[in-house]
Amino acid sequence: MWLDPANPQLNKNGELHHLLTLEGLPAEILWQILDTAKSFVGVTQREVKKVPLLRGKSIFNLFFEPSTRTRTTFEIAAKRLSADVINLAINVSSQTKGESVLDTVANLAAMNADMFVVRHAASGAPHLIARHVAPEIHVINAGDGRHAHPTQGLLDMFTIRHYKKDFSKLRVAIVGDILHSRVARSQIHALTTLGCPEIRVIGPKTLLPSHVENLGVHVYHEMRKGLKDVDVVMMLRLQNERMQGPLLPSAQEFYKYYGLTEDKLALARPDAIVLHPGPMNRGVEIDSSVADGRQSVILPQVTFGIAIRMAVMSILAGN
Amino acid sequence: MPGTPLPDAEQLLKALTDQMRPEVGPETGLIGIHTGGVWIAQRLHRDLKLKVPLGTLDVSFYRDDYEKIGLHRDVKTSDIPFEVEGRHLVLVDDVLYTGRTIRAAMNELFDYGRPASIRLAALVDRGGRELPVAAQFLGATITVPPNHNIELKRDSNGRLALALSGDEHVA
Repeated sequence: MWLDPANPQLNKNGELHHLLTLEGLPAEILWQILDTAKSFVGVTQREVKKVPLLRGKSIFNLFFEPSTRTRTTFEIAAKRLSADVINLAINVSSQTKGESVLDTVANLAAMNADMFVVRHAASGAPHLIARHVAPEIHVINAGDGRHAHPTQGLLDMFTIRHYKKDFSKLRVAIVGDILHSRVARSQIHALTTLGCPEIRVIGPKTLLPSHVENLGVHVYHEMRKGLKDVDVVMMLRLQNERMQGPLLPSAQEFYKYYGLTEDKLALARPDAIVLHPGPMNRGVEIDSSVADGRQSVILPQVTFGIAIRMAVMSILAGN
Repeated sequence: MPGTPLPDAEQLLKALTDQMRPEVGPETGLIGIHTGGVWIAQRLHRDLKLKVPLGTLDVSFYRDDYEKIGLHRDVKTSDIPFEVEGRHLVLVDDVLYTGRTIRAAMNELFDYGRPASIRLAALVDRGGRELPVAAQFLGATITVPPNHNIELKRDSNGRLALALSGDEHVA
């Protein structure tokens, strides 16, 4: 199987073979995924929520890092495509016995896997697996380290498109712990490719990667300035483990300066929407009244996430 | 191009409408298959003055050539805005050929419910069936030269016309 060395997700026809990152993917492929997902939203609203596309295929959810929502939505997506799904939480199994990632994958491939959905704490783990699997096997990155979370980025784009229709006039703010966030990276790449003219990142200096402006984003340290007149507010989760480190004084202080409250949100456009990838820390990065408020689209994100994962799986398996 | 000239799509549509008029009732559900079938179904729906809103189907998720050629690039949304359960339905397509599209459409319809009956309306039948499928309402039977495909086109005024093209993906 020939894969493009510059972008090992693409086959010789320029079609998606693996989904590892949104960085460098042509806009045409992103639009194809978003359009296909729209058709799958219709399927998930029917009496029978299944289509027969992946009947007889075996999809392995390989989660080397715990996750509930992402694993569940991948599982539901695969089942609605009529695939057989096998869930493996590897942190509690072979890895503790000393087996290497590639050995684990080789063993599962020998059980006739057609697709691996991989979540791993190490950036690049899905790339490593994609390089070593047989040519007919597809790999989807379900979040690797600080690197990428492409299906989350795609479902966020689907959500924005659903409510705002057009990316070409949008002002979007991404708020919080950008430094550790694979979600933020995927969002920035996707927004840029889809033609969003103004992307702002808002966070304390300690939680912004150095030279983040090289990604073409505008940097703000003051939330009240950064949220002024934005159309979309994308909140990030503040990972609890960061609060113990030297990067932040306390969760209370973070909430005071960067928590999304109603009065801060009032600075954005009146029709601005609020996204959050979950799981939320209420009272840390977002106030409950905003999370449950009229501008929140956090639960629709989850619903759209299933359609996006159905679209990605069915496009990959067909290429 | 060899063979007889293609019939006029507008005349075929008129013949199809006349055939269907005595056979459909106010509760009949009409469902067009994307893309050409939807164009025809829209005209039939208007001219037959049907009360039940028009349904549309994109059978991409049910096709049997997915393993061979993958997912279609431009998947449209299926929309059945009425109860399928217990209803008499008419599926509408532009060109009836192998019958595989109709098989896929029927499979999809059954995921919405169990219809009382399904009949098929097609503008043209070009032969070459690979499945036991027949149209109950038909504009014309035509012969298409080998390695050619027949397609329905719609111009900016909504006028329909048949066109012959070299074979690419015959579905």
